[in-house]
Amino acid sequence: MLDTCKRLERDGCQVTYLPVDKFGRVTADQIRAAMTDKTILVSIMAANNEIGTVQPIKAIGQLCKEKGVLFHTDAVQVVGKVPVDVEEMGIDLLSLTAHKIYGPKGVGALYVRKKDPRVRLEPQMDGGGHERGMRSGTLAVPMIVGLGAACEIAHREMAEETERTYRLRERLRSSIMDRLPESYLNGHPTERLPGNANISFAYVEGEGLMMGIKDVAVSSGSACTSASLEPSYVLRALGVGDELAHSSIRFGIGRFTTEEEVDYVADLVVREVSRLREMSPLYEMVQQGIDLKSIEWAGH
Amino acid sequence: MPYSDKVLEHYNNPRNVGSFDAKDPSVGTGLVGAPECGDVMKLQIKVNPDTGVIEDARFKTFGCGSAIASSSLATEWLKGKTVDEALGIKNTEIVEELALPPVKVHCSVLAEDAIKAAIANYNQKQETPEPTPEKREPAAV
Repeated sequence: MLDTCKRLERDGCQVTYLPVDKFGRVTADQIRAAMTDKTILVSIMAANNEIGTVQPIKAIGQLCKEKGVLFHTDAVQVVGKVPVDVEEMGIDLLSLTAHKIYGPKGVGALYVRKKDPRVRLEPQMDGGGHERGMRSGTLAVPMIVGLGAACEIAHREMAEETERTYRLRERLRSSIMDRLPESYLNGHPTERLPGNANISFAYVEGEGLMMGIKDVAVSSGSACTSASLEPSYVLRALGVGDELAHSSIRFGIGRFTTEEEVDYVADLVVREVSRLREMSPLYEMVQQGIDLKSIEWAGH
Repeated sequence: MPYSDKVLEHYNNPRNVGSFDAKDPSVGTGLVGAPECGDVMKLQIKVNPDTGVIEDARFKTFGCGSAIASSSLATEWLKGKTVDEALGIKNTEIVEELALPPVKVHCSVLAEDAIKAAIANYNQKQETPEPTPEKREPAAV
């Protein structure tokens, strides 16, 4: 949503961006302190896609109700994985998408509260005035049905799936971290999506590690491209140093992940991190008792 | 990102991984890059002082597969070259040999920098009027 906020700023709105704690969380008190009598909207990502941290949505929703401020949440990561109740959580606007819950790509939904309070929106496009003027154009019915069916399945299986993915995630995390010293879990230890594990492996670069485990689909907070040597801004916001941000890998456990796959990935990661550490000048220096911060690095 | 077969080959079977004693007067060490930029290369050469020929080379690299492959290839190319010949190794040759895409050109630049830094370090050791190993030995005993 950062780009949307940037657009609003260009259009003359004033936007306050809140920092997160070291686990990636904001608190209702923080938001309360940042509110002014001109605040009309609070927008929070219900859970972060990179680090899996889940925000205290209910407390924030209650605060917004109390203050009479609209509350939007980007719930793309949580819908179908964590119970979401717009009434109980005081949510006025909620975005979700089908492809994160095994539905078709290219369809999503925006929940808009109809009363208490009624949320009035400007349409993003003009045209035939379909959907009460909110979304002109012919709808892709098969996609919408797909979204509905995906939600139905996710809802039916949520309790069981949450338990299963959590168990597998913990199996993966502990199997890797118990065997690899100086590996760090990014994000919140408990308030996180059940299937997310984001781990930094000191002295090993993330993209280099991805190559060693290329049978496995993971992503890295290190974007080692000439256009940008900047590591993940999400990890930076937690105060994770650039060096460890470059060493991070995100693992995701999904509906079709098996225990055998988890064990295979854990063994592979332990083997490759160990191999790459033996190849790492940083690891060697630390073994020799050199403080990496004492070196004057020739950046490029 | 599609990697070339040559990058994968070097990544899976890196040549000359390891370290020499950086204090050895016949060894030149180059350390380039920075951890916060996501790549650090340490490249070392061992030079025959009589002939000026690089007899051996070692590397250790923190970085992506292309960075590891670039430094691995550099150690292969260094061996058997004189110090002067080694200075002629260009990053573009590494790009060509490993078929690096544009976003990975900086890995080859870093490898060239590492070669130059290792040679500069070796040359500096030769110029510095430090005690020769022969003279230092009795002192160490």
